[in-house]
Amino acid sequence: MPELIAPEIVKRRKALSVSPLKASSTIGAALAFLGIRRSIPMLHGSQGCTAFGKVFFVRHFREPIPIQSTAMEQVSAIMGANENVVEGLRVLCEKNQPDLIGVPTTGLAEAQGADIHMAVREFRAKHPEYDRIPIIPVSTPDFTGCLESGFAQATSAMIDCLVPAAAVAGTQPGRRRRQVTVLVGSALTPGDLEHLKELIELFGLRPVVLPDLSDSLDGHLPPEEFNPLTIGGTLASELPTLGDSVATLVIGGSMTHTADLLQARTGVPDHRFAHLMGLDAVDALVQTLSAISGNPVPERIERQRAQLQDAMLDSHFMLGLSRFAIAADADLLVAFSQLLAGVGAETVAAATPANAPSLAQVRCDRVRIGDLEDLEADARDRMAEVLIGSSHAVHTAQRLGIPLLRAGFPQYDRVGGHQRTWIGYQGSRATLFGLANILLELERGEIHPYRSRLMPRADEEARAAHG
Amino acid sequence: MNKKDIAALLDEPACAHNTKAKSGCSKPKPGATAGGCAFDGAQIALLPIADVAHIVHGPIGCAGSSWDSRGTRSSGPTLFKMGMTTDLTEQDVIMGRGEKRLFHGIKQAIDSYHPAAVFVYNTCIPAMIGDDIEAVCRQAQQRWGTPVVPVDAAGFYGTKNLGNRIAGEAMVKYVCGTREPDPLPAGIEHEGFKVHNVTLVGEYNIAGELWHVSPLFDELGLRVLGSLSGDARFREVQTMHRSEVNMMVCSKAMINVARLLKERYGTPWFEGSFYGVADVSQALRDFARIIDDPALTARTETVIAREEAIIHAQLEPWRARLTGRKVLLYTGGVKSWSIVSALQDLGMIVVATGTRKSTEDDKARIRELMGQDAVMIEDGNPRALIKIVRDQGVDCLIAGGRNMYTALKARIPFLDINQEREFGYAGYTGMLELAKQLALTIESPVWEAVRRPAPWALAANARTAVDTDAVADAPGDANLEVAHA
Repeated sequence: MPELIAPEIVKRRKALSVSPLKASSTIGAALAFLGIRRSIPMLHGSQGCTAFGKVFFVRHFREPIPIQSTAMEQVSAIMGANENVVEGLRVLCEKNQPDLIGVPTTGLAEAQGADIHMAVREFRAKHPEYDRIPIIPVSTPDFTGCLESGFAQATSAMIDCLVPAAAVAGTQPGRRRRQVTVLVGSALTPGDLEHLKELIELFGLRPVVLPDLSDSLDGHLPPEEFNPLTIGGTLASELPTLGDSVATLVIGGSMTHTADLLQARTGVPDHRFAHLMGLDAVDALVQTLSAISGNPVPERIERQRAQLQDAMLDSHFMLGLSRFAIAADADLLVAFSQLLAGVGAETVAAATPANAPSLAQVRCDRVRIGDLEDLEADARDRMAEVLIGSSHAVHTAQRLGIPLLRAGFPQYDRVGGHQRTWIGYQGSRATLFGLANILLELERGEIHPYRSRLMPRADEEARAAHG
Repeated sequence: MNKKDIAALLDEPACAHNTKAKSGCSKPKPGATAGGCAFDGAQIALLPIADVAHIVHGPIGCAGSSWDSRGTRSSGPTLFKMGMTTDLTEQDVIMGRGEKRLFHGIKQAIDSYHPAAVFVYNTCIPAMIGDDIEAVCRQAQQRWGTPVVPVDAAGFYGTKNLGNRIAGEAMVKYVCGTREPDPLPAGIEHEGFKVHNVTLVGEYNIAGELWHVSPLFDELGLRVLGSLSGDARFREVQTMHRSEVNMMVCSKAMINVARLLKERYGTPWFEGSFYGVADVSQALRDFARIIDDPALTARTETVIAREEAIIHAQLEPWRARLTGRKVLLYTGGVKSWSIVSALQDLGMIVVATGTRKSTEDDKARIRELMGQDAVMIEDGNPRALIKIVRDQGVDCLIAGGRNMYTALKARIPFLDINQEREFGYAGYTGMLELAKQLALTIESPVWEAVRRPAPWALAANARTAVDTDAVADAPGDANLEVAHA
């Protein structure tokens, strides 16, 4: 394999972001809290931040989304909004008795100088009756980072608040011999997580996924008619046991700091994966699972692996040398560019909303920190044939006159996008087939009939006239 | 925007909400809020103006999770569909570079997209750190020669409703009256056919529903000079002061626009709706009544008679399917009554209607339509709505999109009536679509399927029943009984 060269990172130079690619770190944090059972995030900011976030996720997941706001208005924006936090927490505790409340801050609260930790301490002092309800403040102003980074920060905050140091709690790596902690980034869909859990279970291991969106936002019809809180997800009460896990699996470069924190707290050995798309990535995971469990790779998995290999052969005819443009948060961009490189396709244009160390692994010569307008220009210059991006990229694809594969946030103009499984041998196979079929429909290389000027034929003229 | 200006906007003399008992718009409650902020309201009110570059000045939270999410449509330019934001970074905030970024951002928008105008929406952070967007807009307009309009509606100023008003005020202050209307094309007016200029305020052309009505306007000789803001163009909004009558469509939100236009230009206005056969006819008659041109009045009556006959015939088969079905309507403001009459046209029974944003006027109209005992729902928390549905045997819940998945989880047929919806229900023809969509969900076989227990659960129950019931004639009968229970 040739030496991989890290892409050039082109930073933002425009004043205006046109057709933004970025979703805020604030709602990224909210999403992480939605992966905890019986929880609710309450954004510290004005009510619009929450209303927009709610609609964003309702349309993406097609699910009711529990989310609240500290509802800052004129007076509290200037005079301080700690009271709003205390009051909001009280209302939520009293009405719903949640198992966890996440409090991500918005840019407004941060620019004002809000000390969210102090506000939570004030609440604790004033309302000791709610001491058993964990409250996780996290600083995620929307002028820094993006959805992916906010998601990781909120997960770190949960670990910081709820996973005690091994020395204090007396946890012991491997005491729970079958328990594996799985830290997952925002690039994984509920469908991905479901598949990942099944895969881990096939090795006789018990995964504790943090945060587990596959249990809360997978879109299932529960027996209860209405829930003011999340209807599934990681149990908050399980977090203190993560120090007893035999190993931690970390999926996504965005979770690096989160993994470092968990490691430092618990001493549980971890295994880190940038993503789980394509043969190499899935092989690494499967091998690790086999080593952790001491079990051989099940025959079913062997077969799925062979199926992916066959699919790579079948699809490489279409995918080889094909030209892709990708707009996504860093982890997803890394995953797709590597998957494509693995079958001989090229990523010719890449854009991502915020800088991240993991971008060094993108298989493209250049990554733009920017918006869909930037990507459109690059894709046009470099003659991309297929675009991968969210529903926001529909108009971009239309203007470029190329097909769009929807991935990432938000996907609101299709059903089931949020649930699609991209990872594992099976998910990778489905992705390759899907992409190959998109390319087949382009009828590349089709030879159009030639009509001789010297010998005009009546039937040809009629056909030409009718297109 | 300073406190005095906000207070002035909240104190809207034309708004029936604004009484001593319940003045202005109430303060949101932490931990128990629903609905958007002032920025949300301002953006929603003006975004449908299609040829304008709409720039959101703030960090990504404001534009990032909201752009390209409206179902409003344009017959021409699609510039409004393109999200634009200064996407402020931490450094911009700390170093106070927001104004500079905005100034260059306006230039970038003008250079790349040649918009008819640029609207700049203020948001919380620049409002707090003190960016003077009005000055930046003035400078930019001077420098680049394209109209640049500040809309100072930061989220923390208040609710969505306030944002609607701020947006309306900005249009009257900066845009209306800055241009004269184009002359009427030759050969249109003739003896007995005079064209009258009108405007629509608070009509958003959701899913293109305005186009159900506009052919009738053309036929009647009503020229829609400008609209706030469905399928509008900037140069049309500029001429709205020359209207002969303004129609406030389905929303108190921009009532200040109608009032200000009357104060400044003396234009009369009326409130109406394009939902429901009776209401469309009423709106057309109101135009004719106020304009007071006998030829127009005659044309209006002819059109109404013709259109009503056609739509009543077309609705007949649907009416047969929908008559007697019960609906629960949970929406706000004028829609709380205007949709009621549309549903009653279809022979449906409206068991209750939401009145969270309705005025006393609205409530009086509801009583007129639904009787003195009409059930009005002030606080529509999901649990309460579900309870009414169960208690009253409601066949369909009609509400905004964000409630849709709550209804579906409760296995209740649902129709989306708010701005994100994909179907247009306005005008005579819109009624047909409404009837179709209602029948589609109410009569769908999926409801029975999702309420039915799994066959093995039934079988397990049946087994228990057989085990405990020693005198059961046959297992088959027991099974049947359980199924009925």
